[in-house]
Amino acid sequence: MAKNKQVMRVKGGSAVQQDKLVQFTFDGKSYMGCAGDTLASALLANNVHLVGRSFKYHRPRGIMAAGAEEANALVQLGTDGRVEPNLRATQVELYDGLVAKSQNRFPSLKFDVGQVNSLLSRFFPAGFYYKTFMWPASFWMTYEKFIRNAAGLGKVGRDHNDPDRYEKRHAHFDIVIAGGGASGLMAAWQAGMSGCRVLLAEAGPRCGGWLNSVDDVEIDSQPAQDWIKKTLVRLQAMENVSVLTRTTLFGYGDHNYLTLAQTVTDHLKDKPAHLPRMRMWKVRAQQVILATGAIERPLVFSGNDLPGVMLASAAQTYLGEFGVLPGKRGIVMTNNDATWHIAFALQEAGCLVKAIVDTRPSASPALKRQAESLGIEVLSSHGITAAHGHLKVARVEVSPLTADGTDITGDALHIDCDCILMSGGLSPVVHLHSQARGKLTWDEKTLCFRPSSAHEAEQSAGACNGTFDLQRGLKEAITAAGKAAKAVGMAVQTVDVPVVDAPRINRAPMAVWSLPNGQGEGEKAFVDFQNDVTASDIKLAVREGYHSVEHVKRYTTTGMATDQGKTSNINALAILADQLGDAIPEVGTTTFRMPYTPTSIGMIAGRSIGSLFDPVRTTQMESLHRQAGAKFEHVGQWMRAWYYPKEGEDMEQAVSREVLATRQAAGLLDASTLGKIDIKGPDAAEFLNRIYTNGWLKLKVGRCRYGLMCKDDGMVMDDGVTTRLAEDHFHMTTTTGGAAGVLDWLEEWLQTEWPELRVYLTSVTEQWAVATLSGPAAKDILTAAGVDIDLANDAFPFMSMKKGHVSGLPARLFRISFTGELSYEINVPARYGAALWSTLMKAGAPFGLTPYGTEAMHVLRAEKGFIIVGQETDGSVTPLDLGMDWIVSKTKTDFIGKRALERVSMADPQRKQLVGLLTDDPNKVIPEGAHAVLDPDQPTPMAMLGHVTSSYFSPNLGHSIAMGLLKGGHELMGQTVYIPMLDGHPPIKARITDTSFYDAKGDRLNGAS
Amino acid sequence: MLQLNCPFCGLRDEAEFSCGGEAHIARPLAGNQLNDKDFADYLFLRDNPKGVFLERWRHAAGCRRWFNVARHTVSHEIIETYAMGSLPKSKAARQAYQESWRRKTAAEAASKPAKKGKEGR
Ligand SMILES: [Zn+2]
Repeated sequence: MAKNKQVMRVKGGSAVQQDKLVQFTFDGKSYMGCAGDTLASALLANNVHLVGRSFKYHRPRGIMAAGAEEANALVQLGTDGRVEPNLRATQVELYDGLVAKSQNRFPSLKFDVGQVNSLLSRFFPAGFYYKTFMWPASFWMTYEKFIRNAAGLGKVGRDHNDPDRYEKRHAHFDIVIAGGGASGLMAAWQAGMSGCRVLLAEAGPRCGGWLNSVDDVEIDSQPAQDWIKKTLVRLQAMENVSVLTRTTLFGYGDHNYLTLAQTVTDHLKDKPAHLPRMRMWKVRAQQVILATGAIERPLVFSGNDLPGVMLASAAQTYLGEFGVLPGKRGIVMTNNDATWHIAFALQEAGCLVKAIVDTRPSASPALKRQAESLGIEVLSSHGITAAHGHLKVARVEVSPLTADGTDITGDALHIDCDCILMSGGLSPVVHLHSQARGKLTWDEKTLCFRPSSAHEAEQSAGACNGTFDLQRGLKEAITAAGKAAKAVGMAVQTVDVPVVDAPRINRAPMAVWSLPNGQGEGEKAFVDFQNDVTASDIKLAVREGYHSVEHVKRYTTTGMATDQGKTSNINALAILADQLGDAIPEVGTTTFRMPYTPTSIGMIAGRSIGSLFDPVRTTQMESLHRQAGAKFEHVGQWMRAWYYPKEGEDMEQAVSREVLATRQAAGLLDASTLGKIDIKGPDAAEFLNRIYTNGWLKLKVGRCRYGLMCKDDGMVMDDGVTTRLAEDHFHMTTTTGGAAGVLDWLEEWLQTEWPELRVYLTSVTEQWAVATLSGPAAKDILTAAGVDIDLANDAFPFMSMKKGHVSGLPARLFRISFTGELSYEINVPARYGAALWSTLMKAGAPFGLTPYGTEAMHVLRAEKGFIIVGQETDGSVTPLDLGMDWIVSKTKTDFIGKRALERVSMADPQRKQLVGLLTDDPNKVIPEGAHAVLDPDQPTPMAMLGHVTSSYFSPNLGHSIAMGLLKGGHELMGQTVYIPMLDGHPPIKARITDTSFYDAKGDRLNGAS
Repeated sequence: MLQLNCPFCGLRDEAEFSCGGEAHIARPLAGNQLNDKDFADYLFLRDNPKGVFLERWRHAAGCRRWFNVARHTVSHEIIETYAMGSLPKSKAARQAYQESWRRKTAAEAASKPAKKGKEGR
């Protein structure tokens, strides 16, 4: 156990239990904190300010804020598989045994090699990365490794398998309220009382917001913190109201679609197994009320990023909520009244405030009197012109300023200190309003952007609306909730506005953002702490010609990344406006993007990981293929048997054996994945007649026909065999990958173009298991397996279908062939799939029946010159290009694609046309996708003829075969083309041929061997 | 994410639907003569207005029915959804329909049966 050395802890702190000590580790060192602490408050209690190194210059950085706006104190949490980088220490709840590490430093936080970047900072100006990209590409190759190493923040876990579980929840609410401060609670109370279904989401572990850190505010004659607790109890008692803490509304989408991140177990030492680590809420809200509060702005001065420099409001939070002092000797640097009250509280709690430095010429007499009575020196019309210190602020230079704060008028004072508490005024958190495409207006009085008009059904209330006064904020919340309740159709029960008794604070700051630099060049003055963007970077960008705020943002990277400009946005705009000589509203704002705060990718993925990422479809025979040692390939969502290697066989040998066996004896293919659509209705034949390019009206019952379908532009989209089961009933097959698309296509035409046709479509792909028995022995094997169908060629001819039984299993047999051999596609109800396969394999064993996979199927069909849609076609190929004029009806009045095929350009003889390619060297297989040229010696760039679509070694022919789409290919028949190789080998020489390489007459279809 | 009112199922998330692009593109009848250029208006040219757009959507992960949607492409306001084969009712959507350049195309004229004996008028 570490010794309890919380030297900066004082009494009080509304969030912590000081009697409950909690041990934690930071950078390997053990510390004690209190229950209720954040990692940041516990580190500060132990007087640890240096917690990280900055992104670009590796400058030492401390804790600057107390909430989501923290830009410096990013830490890495956890060990082993549970490592999460880039967490804001200000939002990490402490638990016993927590292990945290600083980031972006090597070898240690105090001595960091990367700090050399800071010395070389002249070479890292705005746009550094863009300038780097403009070097010759070879330079980038050289430097990339170093730059990638130097950039970036934390490291992700080494084990890519996240051990945690994440859940998702979909919900609908009448009203969603973002933010559990006083305004949010008030709105929830009003909406709840009106009977609305309400969700209130608070990002932190507690509701109450800034009221948790003050003790001089009363609501309805009771301490504000008691009112918060009482209101919460009332809300929790309402069945129609849900309050979620540790839940951040991080994304605001169209039509009030909200995404929320709820952390469930991160704050627990023992994480119950039944709970997910995080839960993502996807919520549709009828009305949204934003009560997200405000963020204090830093002031831009030289050295403002030193550890020990903190937002004044953060100091107030650390003192009021956690009983922690930011230091022992503080300087308060401000341009507004509110900070004075914080200075008084700190002085009373034991942090000696050495001076209140205020850019304004004077403050209110009441404030001055109070400062005087507390013995605090006041330096009006002054500003910090430099802060110095090694690893922590130690000394400031304070100079008298002109009335507008832009220039130094006299000699500087030097004051020792160990912390600076700065305030440049408040910025409403308009991020969600902005995500929801709401508009902003510049408030001349409070010097901030606040919401003007909303695009979605959303309202802002309280500080996020620019209403910093509590009393007015509560009234606004009631009004907003009343309006929202009315909009969702509830009878509004208006609740009384609570009476607030609090110090009256003038919230109008002086218009000063950036303080002049003291002597010499001095330290850098930071605008965006997280992205290491300085005031001079923005000035440089303007000098280099970047005048649009969106350009400056990208060029300097200010307001980007995880921080999204929470503290930097207005200061950057103000400096830009100043450089351009424009007013801030004229310069405009950039768009705030989601997420409001970084969210875990694991949560977004939820359960859709591993095997659930993209579900795999398997056939009924899959386990038998596995037993047979098959290798599988993905075809669409399906897993198909690819080839069945025997002991010691490689893929080529296995495929070759399967191909030869199918032509010499018989092969068996699992064809279950082919798309199957049941088409029924009195107009079914007419429908097919319009869908396919060929004629369908005269097809006899029990007969099959091959069909090509085109899109209306005349390009081939799918093919397959369709069979007439009855006058009004067809069975269509599609390609495996095209099944869903074809069904969509048919439905679209039926519903949108031909609603008068009485046709009904059902996908039956998974209702049937299909084994294709192919080869000269097919008939014998089927007979051996037992079949009650007459298999004689005249009784059961090619392109016909018979119903019957195979080995007792009810079956539909289709005599169609994709191999050119005698073939039966045997369809059985899916549940008999495995039985069919094993029966056939057993019956076929004496005949040499060999199972073959998709690869052998490809070779077999290529030997016959049969196309595969998607391989020989790519959406720019017509039936004519494929040499399939025979399938395009000349007599039908219409079919999809007919008019387009009549376009003049379709008859262009120079279109790319499908041809066969036979290499001179029979053993040379052309790579698929390779391009062909007529003359390999022409200068580059060569005139390309087209490309090779399919290419295999044909074991049956003992020759390499290929097909390709070549310009004017049909006219080039017999000519020689060359296929240049990338690898320096001489071009492959090939002759253009017909595509039927094997059994061109089709004698084998009827079993001739 | 948008919310669309399927005429058959009611209000559902956009994720359940697929968008089929511009609506009210009538297919020229095969019997009607149409030159290649005019046919291209039907086949290739698609509108992309800033404002009210009439488009086809399909409740792909629901009832699988096609229907029409009048949507404002800037505000994403769904002005109305209406059945295939019917015309919109709201003023803004009717106006978008009537004022579309497509109403004047030869391709659209060719989608209606040629009137016998009235050629040339
Ligand atoms: Zn529907």
